[in-house]
Amino acid sequence: MSENLRFKDHHSEQRLFRNRMLVAICGVVVLLGVLVARFYNLQVVNFEDYRTQSDQNRIQVRPVPPTRGLIYDRNGEMLADNRPSYTLSIVRERVKDLDATIELLAHLVELDDSDVEKFQRRLQRRRPFEPVPLRYRLSEDEIARISVNEFHLPGVSVEAELVRYYPQSKLFAHSVGYVGRINDRELSSFTEEDVRRYRGTQSIGKVGLERSYEDLLLGEVGYENVETNARGRVLRVLERHDPKPGAELTLHLDTRLQQVATEALGDNRGAVVAIDVKTGGVLAFVSQPSFDPNLFVTGISFKDYSALRDSLDVPLFNRVVQGQYPPGSTLKPMMGLGGLAAGIITAETEVADPGYYKLPNDKRIYRDWKRWGHGKHVDLIQGLAQSCDVYFWDMAARWDIDGMHDIATRFGLGEKTGIDLPREYPGLFPSRAWKRGARGVPWFPGDSLNAVLGQGFVLATPLQLAVMTATIANRGTHYRPQMVMAVDGVEQPPEILHHVDARPEHWDQVFEGMEAVVYSLHGTGKRAGAGLDFKVAGKSGTAQVVGIAQGERYDSEALKERHRDHALFIAFAPVDDPQIAVSVLVENGEGGGLVAAPVAREVFADWMSRPLEDTASLQNWRPPLMFTEEAHIRG
Amino acid sequence: MASRDYMHRLPDAGSSLRRPESFSRRWHIDLPLLLLLMVLAGVGLVVLYSASGEEIHYVKRQAVFMGLAFVGMVIAAQIPLEFYRRWSPWFYLAGCCLLVAVLFIGVGAKGAQRWLQIGGFRFQPSEALKLAVPIAVAAYLHKRSLPPSFLTVLGTLVIIGIPAALIVRQPDLGTSILIAASGIFALYLSGLSWKMIGSAAVMGAMAAWPMWMWGLREYQKQRILTLFNPDADRLGAGWNIFQSKAAIGSGGWAGKGYMQGTQSQLDFLPESHTDFIIAVLAEEWGMRGALILLALYLLIIARGIYISFMAQHVFGRLLAGSITLTFFVYVFVNIGMVTGLLPVVGVPLPLVSHGGTSVITLMAGFGILMAISTERRRVLF
Repeated sequence: MSENLRFKDHHSEQRLFRNRMLVAICGVVVLLGVLVARFYNLQVVNFEDYRTQSDQNRIQVRPVPPTRGLIYDRNGEMLADNRPSYTLSIVRERVKDLDATIELLAHLVELDDSDVEKFQRRLQRRRPFEPVPLRYRLSEDEIARISVNEFHLPGVSVEAELVRYYPQSKLFAHSVGYVGRINDRELSSFTEEDVRRYRGTQSIGKVGLERSYEDLLLGEVGYENVETNARGRVLRVLERHDPKPGAELTLHLDTRLQQVATEALGDNRGAVVAIDVKTGGVLAFVSQPSFDPNLFVTGISFKDYSALRDSLDVPLFNRVVQGQYPPGSTLKPMMGLGGLAAGIITAETEVADPGYYKLPNDKRIYRDWKRWGHGKHVDLIQGLAQSCDVYFWDMAARWDIDGMHDIATRFGLGEKTGIDLPREYPGLFPSRAWKRGARGVPWFPGDSLNAVLGQGFVLATPLQLAVMTATIANRGTHYRPQMVMAVDGVEQPPEILHHVDARPEHWDQVFEGMEAVVYSLHGTGKRAGAGLDFKVAGKSGTAQVVGIAQGERYDSEALKERHRDHALFIAFAPVDDPQIAVSVLVENGEGGGLVAAPVAREVFADWMSRPLEDTASLQNWRPPLMFTEEAHIRG
Repeated sequence: MASRDYMHRLPDAGSSLRRPESFSRRWHIDLPLLLLLMVLAGVGLVVLYSASGEEIHYVKRQAVFMGLAFVGMVIAAQIPLEFYRRWSPWFYLAGCCLLVAVLFIGVGAKGAQRWLQIGGFRFQPSEALKLAVPIAVAAYLHKRSLPPSFLTVLGTLVIIGIPAALIVRQPDLGTSILIAASGIFALYLSGLSWKMIGSAAVMGAMAAWPMWMWGLREYQKQRILTLFNPDADRLGAGWNIFQSKAAIGSGGWAGKGYMQGTQSQLDFLPESHTDFIIAVLAEEWGMRGALILLALYLLIIARGIYISFMAQHVFGRLLAGSITLTFFVYVFVNIGMVTGLLPVVGVPLPLVSHGGTSVITLMAGFGILMAISTERRRVLF
């Protein structure tokens, strides 16, 4: 404690203090200068950068999805509509504890495990700061409960979204098709432009017209600049660029005709196609059984989907464009016309039909469907009317297969019809080159006998048969079949694909033969014209499902129902001025004239009963409704 | 000259010729300091109203605290300096005991244990140490001959070190730094030799690495790393600084307008009404507003330094200097932290940030400053 004894020098202590304090003052001034410099650096030098950062913070560009184009039938009947649906969505980046949030939400809305599971999957492939849907189709009560609790739920929002609705349910499932949620595969196949166009859009056309016209139906995405707070709540819209709604489609289809055709088919599996002869427009497009396309719109449940997928009746299968059936005798009118045009036969050609046919130098016996034959003097008219196989075998034996192939192609067989629907199958009409290429064996004369009857290798879709029929009715003018009549009110012109050259009297003879099918004493399709005040021309057909061995007799009793023959019928009407061509397929229906012809009759009866202006095209078209309401719910 | 006049009249104290005492001397109020503090407190309330999202109850609560703090200041100013000096060891010991108690029976939140709960009343003993430590150091040095000898320096460091270490354990690095700073300033002002200052600096630099390896907690390291690379983790550790810099920078020279700051009003700025309130002011009032606030602080500090120069004896000088410079450290650490110059430590912006305890301690400190400034010239041994 020696220092205590030291004398305190007040003046020197004060000097020392002043000295130290002056240095401290310098320090204070320098450090304050540092702060001023820092403010200058932040607020003046880098002002622009930080202003941008702060704007990016609060201003977000939100896509405004366009309204999907509506689809109407030819009379303005709504086939595909948009309806508001409320979706519960989560922005992952704004949620601190996702599990806790989901648990809380489970108390407010109905949430099952599959919802959460699907949500987790969607979460994996989201874009940053994109709301990811957790539950679709909220009820009013659920919306209210979430709004009340919104304060506890940062990052959770209820968004109004327009979703597709098909008011006709099953009726147009195969033609109009349906939309569904964009899946992984579609997302990964998106180009950069697609990614931009689909911003804010959840759905994409999956099948049918919804798919083939996806580009037009989608529209152009709009956007808006919104101010949000740190929790992502939208506070106000600063700027908005409206989206351009998708194009409106008006179809050739007629809802009433579609209903009539569907009812006429009854519980049978099968297909009905009706085509406007003058344009190629498809008036009815029935594939039975069908399904409710609304199931797919916001994601079909696994149970519903497996029921549809595993059904023996394959309701998801589009029989009209994908069902490839042996067309059977329905090819005879076309073949007859081809034979006349190629000079293989004439109107005077007669064949004796003992009930069977033998090729020269061949022991094999080809049986006519009628055991005792059609008589000694069968000409083309009778050959068609009674569907005499021997007459056509005789012609085929004298005709080259490539000639047959050529004429069949001009009528649209063996290649895609070019209809504006996706995933169409081409069917098959064989040729020498095809058989050598596909089977590696040469063409045998017996193959020609099968081909002329629409059997053997020949396959055709119901749509192809309808196109073929319309081409006959049109006396050779082959229109591309078309579903869409007008896009945004602009009529789509019909397109001629081929013209089949034949003399008028050849067409007259085929018409006469087809008319005889319906009206002659032994005609196979009398039911097609029963009680109608106009003339119908048609042709029946039967397609074997199981091959019959040589010498064995066909016994339908012994075969299970699903092994029975398919019944076919093609027809057009009226004969003097053809308007409408129809093809009917009834799976396992056995007799074309018996089961399929009455369906065609119902279609004709309904269509021809319409006053002319009713079938006129675009009179009822109306401009698209603009849907630009702000569709966001705020807390 | 006025004070010299007064000195000359001292021998005549009690005579009728004595000039009547002025209001400020009678009530031990330093008017310029009082005025500056009131302006600052007013500015603080106005900024707080905006920063709290126009929640008037925050502002009312803070106004009540400020009122209490001003009362506390006036009371602190009335107490004779000699009392502080005499009782300083007891204040200090009591404070340290409370800190030890906090370690065992303290309550807290977010992993920190800083409060003592007595009935319904909660208080933070470390706040009391903010005053007890500089008083104790000044009193200790007051009795020593200056410049301090090596032993004296060691003794001072022990006085500073015990509470600082206890507070770091809570953990509360910000308060610990402020308390250590207040003691070290007193030591420095007492005339610590430059040689010792230099060797301390060298030792400090050498201790940096072991401190980093073993001394700092993970979140503290993270904050320091964030300082050097603020953009690395914007949504995590870098979020606060990223947002506060955006707030300040986007304010520009003129500011976005009162209550128009998008960063603060839309909740992008965290802690906007407490530690980060300067960002609200800088965003809404621009650099102009920030400069005005800095000027206010500079004036308060200048007044404090003036008071320390005018103090009559070592105790007053060291205490006034320490309180003033510590006040500056508050300002510098807070603004440095919010502008991204320093790592994030929990130091409020004095008299502007929302929060009661720190206001009361600060104002009590200013009360002592006033006691020093208005002390009658007496011989004090």
